[in-house]
Amino acid sequence: MTAALAAAFAVETRGLTKRFGAHAAVDDVHLAVPRGSVFGFLGPNGSGKTTTIRMLLGLASATAGEIRVLGRDMPHELNTVLPQVGALVEGPAFYPFLSGAANLHRLDTANRYAPGSTRNTRVRDALARVGLGHAEHKKVHAYSLGMKQRLGLANALLSPRELLVLDEPTNGLDPQGTREVRHLVRSLAADGATVFVSSHLLSEIEQICTHVGVMSAGRLVSQGTLDELRSTSDRRVRVVTPDPEAATRVLSGLGMQPVAFSESDLRPGDVESGVTAGLTDSVAPEEVVAALVTAGVRVRGFELVSSTLEERFVELTGEGFDVVQ
Amino acid sequence: MLGALAAIPVLIAIAVRVTSGSSSGRGPAFLDQITQNGLFVALTAMVVSTPLFLPLTVGVVAGDTISGEASHGTLRYLLAAPAGRVRLLVVKFVGAAVFCLSAAGSVVLAGILIGAILFPVGPVTLLSGDTVGPVESIGRLALVASYVAVSLLGLSAIGLFISTLTDVPVGAMAATVVLAVTAQVLGALPQLDWLHPWLFTNYWLGFADLLRQPIAWDSFGSNAVLQLGYIVVFGALAYSRFTTKDVLS
Ligand SMILES: Nc1ncnc2c1ncn2[C@@H]1O[C@H](COP(=O)(O)OP(=O)(O)OP(=O)(O)O)[C@@H](O)[C@H]1O
Ligand SMILES: [Mg+2]
Repeated sequence: MTAALAAAFAVETRGLTKRFGAHAAVDDVHLAVPRGSVFGFLGPNGSGKTTTIRMLLGLASATAGEIRVLGRDMPHELNTVLPQVGALVEGPAFYPFLSGAANLHRLDTANRYAPGSTRNTRVRDALARVGLGHAEHKKVHAYSLGMKQRLGLANALLSPRELLVLDEPTNGLDPQGTREVRHLVRSLAADGATVFVSSHLLSEIEQICTHVGVMSAGRLVSQGTLDELRSTSDRRVRVVTPDPEAATRVLSGLGMQPVAFSESDLRPGDVESGVTAGLTDSVAPEEVVAALVTAGVRVRGFELVSSTLEERFVELTGEGFDVVQ
Repeated sequence: MLGALAAIPVLIAIAVRVTSGSSSGRGPAFLDQITQNGLFVALTAMVVSTPLFLPLTVGVVAGDTISGEASHGTLRYLLAAPAGRVRLLVVKFVGAAVFCLSAAGSVVLAGILIGAILFPVGPVTLLSGDTVGPVESIGRLALVASYVAVSLLGLSAIGLFISTLTDVPVGAMAATVVLAVTAQVLGALPQLDWLHPWLFTNYWLGFADLLRQPIAWDSFGSNAVLQLGYIVVFGALAYSRFTTKDVLS
C-alpha cells in the first residue's frame, strides 16, 4: 500500500510491445499517467489502444517491456493491483439471461477481495450511479446498447477504485448518457481517482481530460498535458482585409510567411480576401495589428487561431481514412 | 439438461410397460427383469445412458466452462475482477464435477421413482445370486450413481482443457464428446488390447461389480485411480494453458 501511494504515476510502461505474429500492435510504448489525472488515450481505429489496456490489466502478456500500475509490477502483482482498478474493456459483456443486478453480483463475487457483507448495497449504489436503478431486475438481453454500456460502467464502480480504465466509455450512449459519463469521470477524479479513458471522440476528451496520449499504428506519438499537446502546434494569425497584398507585405516585413486566403479559409460573412500566417515567438499579436494599421491596411477582422485538438490529432496520426496496419 | 437425462428412465419404463409381455430376451441385460422389479429401471437407464447420453451432457458442460465465458466476453471481466486464473479454473472444474454427480444422480433417482410407480418393487437378486432387500438395493443404486459420476470426472478434465484452447464453445463441446465416443470405439477393438487400460472409458460399464455380494470394489478402485490420473494430467495441461493464455475475446 505504501509503495502504491508513493508512486507518482498511476500507470507507467517502459518499452511496452505486443506482437501478433510479425505485426506489432503496440510498439515500444512509454506511457506515464500521473496520479489523479484524467488521461485521454487517443488514437485511430486499430492503433493499439485496447491491446495496451489488455496488457495493463494482465489479460494479455506483453511481448516486451515493463508495466507498473499503481506503483506495482504487472502482471506479477496482479492480485494486489486489480482490486483497486475498475475496468471497461472493449465494450461491456454480460450473461444475457441474468438481470443487470445478478450480473454485477456474479462479477463482484468473482472478486475475492470484495466483502460479501456490503455486496447488495454496493451493487445497488453502482446501478443508481449510472442511472440503471429502474432496470436492475431486467434481463440483460433486453437492455439497449446504451444500457449495457452503463451496466459496464457500473461494474467498474462496484468497489472504491484508485484507477479506472475505461475503453470508449461513451460508445452508444445518448447525449444525456454522455454528459452523465463526463460528470461521473469528473466526480471520480475529484475523489482522487485516476481515470484512464480511451476514445476517439476528441471533443469528449477535450472536455474531461487533463492529460493526453496519442497512439498511431501502435506507437505513442505524443503525450503530455492537454495544453502542452495543443501548444506544441503553432498559433496563427488570421487577418480579414480588402487589401491582402498590402497585408502580405507588412507581415512579410515582420518575418512571417503569410498566405492569402484560399476558398476553405473563408467563413460566412467574411469579405472576399485576407491572409493567414504562422505566428513566430518574436512577434506578439498586438504588434502585428499595430504594424498593419500603421501601414494603412484596412483591417476588418483579426484573430488568433490555435489549432484544435482535432487538427493536432490529424497532424499526429495522418489524414488517411484507411486503417493503418 | 438434467431434465432430459431424467427423461431417459421414464421413457424406458413407459416403453417396457406398454410392450410388456410380448418382449422377453431382447434388449439390454436387465430389460426383461423390469416388469418383475421396478428398481431395474434405474439400472437399465444407467447402462443405456453411460455410453452416450451422459458423456454428451458432460461434454456440453465441461466444454463450455472457459470457452463459454470467452465467447460471452465475460472472461475478461471475471479475470479483471480479479477472479484469479487458477481459482477460476478450479471453480469451473468443481462445477463440472458437481454436474457429473447430479447427472448420474438424476438418472438413478428418476429411474427409482418411475420404476416404483409403474412396477412392483421387491427384493433384488444380485449378480452373485444373493438376494437383498429394496432398501439395500437403493443403496447399491446410489453406489452405481457415484461410480458413474466418478467415471465422468476424467472426461470433465479433458473438456476443461479443450475449453481453454478456444473461444468457440460449440467446438470445445463437440471435441469433448467426439473424444468420449472415440475412446469407446478404441476400447471395443481387441487389436488395441494394450491401450485399453489407459482409456478413460475403460471402466465405464464396470459398475456391475457393485451388484455382487460382497461388493467387489476392484473396478471402483481402478476406475477412481484412472480418473484421478486423467484429472491430474489434463488439469495440469489446462493450468499451463490457461495461466499463460492471452485473453483477447
Ligand atoms: N487477437 C488478435 N490477433 C491479431 N491481431 C490483433 C488481435 N487483436 C488486435 N489485433 C491487432 O492489433 C491492432 C490494434 O488493435 P486494438 O484493438 O488495440 O486497436 P484499438 O486502438 O483499440 O482500435 P479501436 O479504436 O478500433 O478500438 C490492430 O491492428 C488489430 O488488427
Ligand atoms: Mg479498441
